[in-house]
Amino acid sequence: MTSSRKPKIALVGNPNSGKSSLFNHLTGLNQKIGNFPGVTVEKRTGHSQLPDGTTADIIDLPGIYSIYPRSLDEQIVAEVLLDHHSPSTPDKIVVIVDGTNLKRGFLLLTQIIDMGLPTILALNMMDLAAKAGISYDFNALSKKIGVPVVAINARKGVGLDELKKLMEKPLSPPEKPVFSIWPEVESAVKELRATLNVDNDYEAYQFLEQPKSLKFLGAADQTKVTNIRNKYSFFPGKFQGAETIQRYSFIQDLLNTVTLKASDHSWKKNSSRLDQIVTHKVWGYLIFFALLFLIFQSIFAWAQVPMDLIDTGFAKLSAFLGSVLPEGPLSSLVAEGLIPGIGGIMIFIPQIAILFAFISVLEESGYMARVVFLMDKVMRKFGLNGKSVVPLMSGVACAIPAIMATRTIENWKERTITIFVTPLMSCSARLPVFTILVALIVPDEKAWGFFNLQGLALMGLYLLGFVAALVSAYVMKLLIRVKERSYLIMELPTYRIPKWSNVGYTILEKTKAFVFEAGKVIMAISIILWVLASYGPGDALSKARENVLEESKNLRLTEQGLNDRVAAYKLEHSYAGVIGKGIEPIIRPLGYDWKIGIALITSFAAREVFVGTMATIYSIGSVSDDDAATIKDRMKEEVNPETGGPRFTPATGFSLLVFYTFAMQCMSTIAVVYRETKGWKWPLIQLAYMTTLAYVSAFAVFHLLS
Amino acid sequence: MAGSSKNVAEMHPGEVGIVSGFTDDHLSVKLMEMGCLPGAAVRFNFTAPFGDPVCISVSGYELSLRLEEAATISILD
Repeated sequence: MTSSRKPKIALVGNPNSGKSSLFNHLTGLNQKIGNFPGVTVEKRTGHSQLPDGTTADIIDLPGIYSIYPRSLDEQIVAEVLLDHHSPSTPDKIVVIVDGTNLKRGFLLLTQIIDMGLPTILALNMMDLAAKAGISYDFNALSKKIGVPVVAINARKGVGLDELKKLMEKPLSPPEKPVFSIWPEVESAVKELRATLNVDNDYEAYQFLEQPKSLKFLGAADQTKVTNIRNKYSFFPGKFQGAETIQRYSFIQDLLNTVTLKASDHSWKKNSSRLDQIVTHKVWGYLIFFALLFLIFQSIFAWAQVPMDLIDTGFAKLSAFLGSVLPEGPLSSLVAEGLIPGIGGIMIFIPQIAILFAFISVLEESGYMARVVFLMDKVMRKFGLNGKSVVPLMSGVACAIPAIMATRTIENWKERTITIFVTPLMSCSARLPVFTILVALIVPDEKAWGFFNLQGLALMGLYLLGFVAALVSAYVMKLLIRVKERSYLIMELPTYRIPKWSNVGYTILEKTKAFVFEAGKVIMAISIILWVLASYGPGDALSKARENVLEESKNLRLTEQGLNDRVAAYKLEHSYAGVIGKGIEPIIRPLGYDWKIGIALITSFAAREVFVGTMATIYSIGSVSDDDAATIKDRMKEEVNPETGGPRFTPATGFSLLVFYTFAMQCMSTIAVVYRETKGWKWPLIQLAYMTTLAYVSAFAVFHLLS
Repeated sequence: MAGSSKNVAEMHPGEVGIVSGFTDDHLSVKLMEMGCLPGAAVRFNFTAPFGDPVCISVSGYELSLRLEEAATISILD
């Protein structure tokens, strides 16, 4: 009811300034992740109880160094701060500045002050500053810049009461701007302010400077801004450097007045010593690869138990619902379409949670910036950026959060290439397919006494995906020609012990994003697939039981055996079966028959569906604790009618493995790429490329091996 | 050699200099935002393996940048 009167408070600050810690402290578990309208930048919002009993909406904006955006994330902040007349305009801005580095933080602060929204300055990490022997006169500071100042410790939650008190108090916009707009642009700014309803000179000046951040204006108003820009032949970026210099000279004067005691040693020493090892040409890479090994080991070892629990849990639920619900298409949809669909999403949660636990620890500690630093030179050779390492690593769990993690890459070309090749990294959905096929065609023996052949084959597949990603990136680097400069200007933050609650929130946030983003698509597709697999042309399906009985008169089947055969018969005569048979001529050169064709089609939504489809096609009872073993045995017995030998020869098996390594086979990834690249061009090129790559490679493998 | 012609990419680990200017307008805007201002002291800390990117200290914190970007920052030493 009173939601319109809830104060909206936005948190703004440099990366690593402690903004997330402050947000987590203010909102606790009352936070949700959404998207800013029209773009895919994550919007973290939550609410906080203020001392007077009211609730404030807290918006956490992406970390920025300046109001002039460099990446997609940063542009959002500019848009939010420039739009002063929308229902979502923040009532107050809290600028968080790292107390150990006021200078750089104050650049952003002075820009925000000049935007003319009520502003509060929160000085974070004053404990560290005190330890370094630095102290400031807060009263003088507050008076000089015209905004209230509060010292906080965001990690420990100290000083939040004072901050909250400031949040609830009425606050007027800062009176005097730090920076006065250039005389050259005064007339343009005046005309703009008269044309559009713009609050102050600096805001209007930013309208001229940032044509890309004005989406909130509407086409007509944007044209007006463009016209004024043209009329006064103003081009964005013209005065930006001069403005920065002017601001820093103000900041230097300011710091000279308010600093009571300056730090006596100007270079930080501790980080440097650790960096000697962490970025060493031998130790650095050894540490990084040891960490990678540890991460993957944990993903596969620790996630197995919860994944098995989820798997059997949903299988039982589905069987239970199938037995208690009245028979009919609706209960069949629930038991065979919806429940397994939800299960198919849930099963990935353990792996995603573990991976993001590691990534978030590495980021919180400051190590991830060193990885970017270590890998940048190598990655650049392949048209990527040091920052591509994080998406590629995440891609091993799931391409969806991985592709969303590319937003920090400023350069369009490098970001697009990273998005393009990330799905080639073998994600956790490929694992069940790999496991069953490897177990089927690779003997469980040891090579040279200790290397398990199956383990080696599995590792080889992961490597294959990684190499394919790098090679594809290299080819794209040669193909895409843009004159956008690539750069890497990045802070190496001081090493810190990770704050565990922040790690927890990240896990929660990423898992939620996966469940809801990917979940929607997987759900929709599982319903479509259920329809395709449950209905078929003519009356073949309704007469399935009679026909099977007729066929297997002499077999004396048990009830279970009969039911399994009916299920297989139904699938064969369903639309999915018809399509499977339809594509047989296309996939025959790869060594597949129509049964595998059905599995290819059903697993188009999500790869892991392959295993379930195989179970149904080969009429194995759907509920069995030892599913994998049974499917494997049954697949081993399958005979190829043309050769009389087994259907799954090494040639067919490896061909399938290679196909699944390269093929897109994931609707959610396509959907995410569509959103991230804002169009169908890239997802379609990617789909065509990966399918072709998969097809050609599988073809080559099949013919080399047979 | 004339000190004014030197740039950050030519510095050695541990060396300290004063930023005197930039040779690239576009990059200079970004570098200045990050606290790399004319007159500011920079210290060259270390390089990544293969010599690129490099890590410098400036304005009280550590900044990493590629060699080609470091080469656009002129220094006095």
